[in-house]
Amino acid sequence: MTSTELQRPPLTAAKASRSKKARERLTSPGATAAAIVIALIWTVPILGLFMTSLRPGALYRTTPWWTVFSDGHLTLSNYSTVLFESFGDSANSAPLLGNVFNSIVITVPAVIFPLVLALMAAYAFAWIPFRGSDFLFVTIFALQVVPLQLALIPLLKALGPNGLGIAGEFPGIWIAHTIFGLPLAVFLLYNFISQIPREVIEAARVDGASHTQLFFRIIIPLSLPAVASLGIFQFLWVWNDLLVASVFGSIKTYPLTYPLANLAGGYGQTEYLVPAAAFVSMIVPLIVFFSLQRYFVRGLLAGSTKG
Amino acid sequence: MKRRITLPFAAVAVSGLLLAGCSSNNSTTNTSSASNSSTAAMAPGCEAYAPYGQLNGAAVEVYSSITGVEADAMTTVFDKFNECTGAKVKFNGNKEFEAQLPVRVEGGTAPDLAVIPQPGLLQKMVGTGAVVKAPASVEANVDKFWTADWKTYGTVGTTFYAAPMLANVKGFIWYSPKEFAAQGYTVPKTLDELWALTATMAAKGGTGADYKPWCIGFGSDAATGWPGTDWVEDLVLRVNGPATYDSWVAGKTKFNSPDIKKAFEAFGNIALNPAYVNGGLGDSASIISTTFQEGGLPILKGSCSLHHQASFYQAQWPAGTDVSPTGDVWAFMMPPNKAGDPPAVTGGGEFVAAFNDKPATAAVQTFMSSDTFANARVKLGGVISANKGLDLANVDNQLMKDAVAILQGDTTVFRFDGSDAMPAAVGAGSFWTGMNDYVSGKPLDTVLTDIDNAWPSAG
Amino acid sequence: MGSMPVMAVGSVRMGGLNADFWATNGKNLLLALVAIGAFIAVVALLLWGTELFSRLFSDKWRGGIQLFTLVSPVLILLAIGLIWPAVQTFFLSFTNVVRIPDPATGINVDQSTFVWFKNYIFAFSDPTELRTVINTLVWMFVTPILSTLVGLAYAVFIDRAKGERTLKSLVFLPVAVSLVGASIVWGFIMYDFNQTGSQTGIINALIALAGGHPINFLTADPWNTIFLIMILVWTQTGFAMVVLSAAIKGVPIELNEASALDGANAWQRFWQITVPSIRGTLVVVLTTITIATLKVFDVVRTLTQGRNGTNVIAYDMYDQFFVKDNRPLGAALAVVMFIFVVPIVVYNVRSMRKVRENH
Repeated sequence: MTSTELQRPPLTAAKASRSKKARERLTSPGATAAAIVIALIWTVPILGLFMTSLRPGALYRTTPWWTVFSDGHLTLSNYSTVLFESFGDSANSAPLLGNVFNSIVITVPAVIFPLVLALMAAYAFAWIPFRGSDFLFVTIFALQVVPLQLALIPLLKALGPNGLGIAGEFPGIWIAHTIFGLPLAVFLLYNFISQIPREVIEAARVDGASHTQLFFRIIIPLSLPAVASLGIFQFLWVWNDLLVASVFGSIKTYPLTYPLANLAGGYGQTEYLVPAAAFVSMIVPLIVFFSLQRYFVRGLLAGSTKG
Repeated sequence: MKRRITLPFAAVAVSGLLLAGCSSNNSTTNTSSASNSSTAAMAPGCEAYAPYGQLNGAAVEVYSSITGVEADAMTTVFDKFNECTGAKVKFNGNKEFEAQLPVRVEGGTAPDLAVIPQPGLLQKMVGTGAVVKAPASVEANVDKFWTADWKTYGTVGTTFYAAPMLANVKGFIWYSPKEFAAQGYTVPKTLDELWALTATMAAKGGTGADYKPWCIGFGSDAATGWPGTDWVEDLVLRVNGPATYDSWVAGKTKFNSPDIKKAFEAFGNIALNPAYVNGGLGDSASIISTTFQEGGLPILKGSCSLHHQASFYQAQWPAGTDVSPTGDVWAFMMPPNKAGDPPAVTGGGEFVAAFNDKPATAAVQTFMSSDTFANARVKLGGVISANKGLDLANVDNQLMKDAVAILQGDTTVFRFDGSDAMPAAVGAGSFWTGMNDYVSGKPLDTVLTDIDNAWPSAG
Repeated sequence: MGSMPVMAVGSVRMGGLNADFWATNGKNLLLALVAIGAFIAVVALLLWGTELFSRLFSDKWRGGIQLFTLVSPVLILLAIGLIWPAVQTFFLSFTNVVRIPDPATGINVDQSTFVWFKNYIFAFSDPTELRTVINTLVWMFVTPILSTLVGLAYAVFIDRAKGERTLKSLVFLPVAVSLVGASIVWGFIMYDFNQTGSQTGIINALIALAGGHPINFLTADPWNTIFLIMILVWTQTGFAMVVLSAAIKGVPIELNEASALDGANAWQRFWQITVPSIRGTLVVVLTTITIATLKVFDVVRTLTQGRNGTNVIAYDMYDQFFVKDNRPLGAALAVVMFIFVVPIVVYNVRSMRKVRENH
């Protein structure tokens, strides 16, 4: 329930100072301390992983990472091994960089496609009443439960050599990711879009806007923050995905997750490279997260801002 | 946001296009410059590859569960093949191979060749109808280079499908020769001697902390429990003999039968006995939480004396360990049951199956069953092959040489790792979890019945 | 020693950054660009074209045609990719499949017989299965509630604080780790347990330092399920925090100010103003995490494989379907998972109806 109150009552001096105090009290020192405690607890495993990634391989399983403070063995060799030394498919390939490019090629369209399509459908379900709308929406919502593994083989058959013939190429992976991302995307966007104030929609309708015009003029601008935040999660999901890329892809298209997952070797000889690999893999999603942060400053329930 | 990404995108894309225009005139890669056209003269060192002809840039995917450093070695072997024949063989290793091969095959995107590490999985794939019969050239190689036993493991029904590739020997017991010399222990020649040695060790104690005669580690993420299956298989083969072993693997002799139960109990006498396990690590409760890679390491600290593990465990010893008959660690083969029994050994290996009959696929499959391949791969270290054409000089250390001799020996009773030969539901499923349950204290009868229950019902 | 050379085989291979490499990757990037451009162009054209086309019709039909264009891409894709497999799975769960290999070629002939509810009865009659169901319900309750509570509290605490972005990123980091990775991290760094010798896991090391008895987290039935759940909570809290933080920022400041001026303290303002304002988002977050939790099996698969009473339905389904090759039973378990979601669906539908009525 959002407020449509856009007028600010004038504040007297006394009220102004009390209001300032109110704002400060929302972020009291106690709250900040609690937040720091939570942040610490959440960071400990990652910190441990990071320190482990800097330890020489020989010490991987035998000594816990905090002994670094006593024996001081730190090294960047794990990272250099992961980044520059080969575990690729040919003597003359620079596999990791190629996989990074593949990850980008897979992920960016696989984020854009479902978001656009989901936005269209979510708008329709939220603001265009029609018979069967509830039933269809509930069906889409419920499809979130379908475990990915069960859908692999039928879709692979449809995209594979006996079907469209694009399995093993990027378009096949895009379609797979789009399909698997749609239920959640439609669900989340529906919830945001339906909270746009009715007056805004009605006003546009009264002006004679059709559904598609409304979509372009009102819905898209107002839902950008929601789309951005959903985009981050879809980006993360696709970037970190291994299963879809393995099944629907081929050697030509394997993303970064593929060689990193197969680093450790059949008998775990190079297990000690796994932490460094995990961090290498995390860098790009974190960059994306940081750069899209500003969309979170503005309200997602953007009813009170004019588009 | 889109605009900011588009610019670098476009920059790389445009430069890529320019380079694409330039590079289409050059040879495709540095390595195949010698044999691009079908009429090119044979490059030096390629005589052995002549039988495979010129494959003119044909792409062949070899799909496998081999990853990491061993995958690198496979790639190196195929690089040479590519250089000499002009093919483009790509080796694709994936940890989730066992789960994803059936998905790919059913979905229609099967690889050209698959390196299948279990006969049970080979049976499963053959069952789908997607595997093609091995071409005559492959069968000829197998008849020439492997014993009859190996061929049967690549055969399903009466049709021969897949040639063996590499091999490993299981049933080694790792120990410290230095400790044996210091304590006056000798390598046991029969199982009874082994049990007696265990008791002696428990009584005498050792130099390390928490000493126990044996150390065992089952931990292996989703595959936890498989080292236990190796134990039981070795015992079944020695105590009950190859006939019972075969019947057991085929599902005719149940797990919950007196013979197999005896083998489990022999293992339990060690694994469930707090006086005998788990050296340097705790008691039987630590068996599951110790990874198989860590399982033998307490030997180096003197906390345990014996560790049962396959030949590939050699790679786990830290750099600097003297792995030699008089050094820090060495291994003896688990002895036969009674004096005078023939040497028995379980081992593993992979089988190369093809999913189409393209000429390039057949050529690569033939290559992989040849002595050229075996020698090239073994020379890179860390593996052995049962291929009789293997030049022992290529095997990099004495333990591996011994293992090869065992594999190729005429009197050796060789059997493939049982859990690999059983249907996956058991061999990669209930047998693993059964071992975990057993060392966690579950009653043996329940454990055995549970394993049996997972056996797929046949019609 | 002459053993396997660990890194000698894989020496630095930067020679691969050749013209071919850049050409291939350049082409791929261009393909992605073109695909995005083409997609947007097609969608825009489709919508615009529909707009023009629909003008030919009366009001009654115009809306319908535009509606069709808006929803049909999603419906078609989902029908092919998810609905059809779901239907197949549903019917599979009522069958029993026996594979009979041909004695000569080894190729299977599959015999499928209709067995009504036999798979479902089997799934629930097994005593360990009941435990699996209970475990699943525990996961489904604890994970969303805990993730949302911590995420909400955190979002409120750091709202407009100094260093908010950094603090947000710290809790968001685990979202960027895959579940398998998170399981390995927690198993190795946090929960590691050594029966003898010094501890290599943080928690046990701290316990040992304080003089206590180290805990074998993964085998301590029934708390081990909670310890596994913590791993999932660790990754989901960042999601809850991000979404709820944005929702909180959407609550107009005036509401809070007015309430403060009326004398309400922070706690009261939180419950009276903030929470009701973000109620819709709270439901969304709880629902999303609950459904995601239902499908998670990587944690169990990586760390315990269902041992010591930690099994969950999702892992059982995976095990039956892919490892034990008992596909009908796996399908039945998937349908059971779906049934578990029904209450959530019903609740959401009711909640959405209320939202619509208030509009």
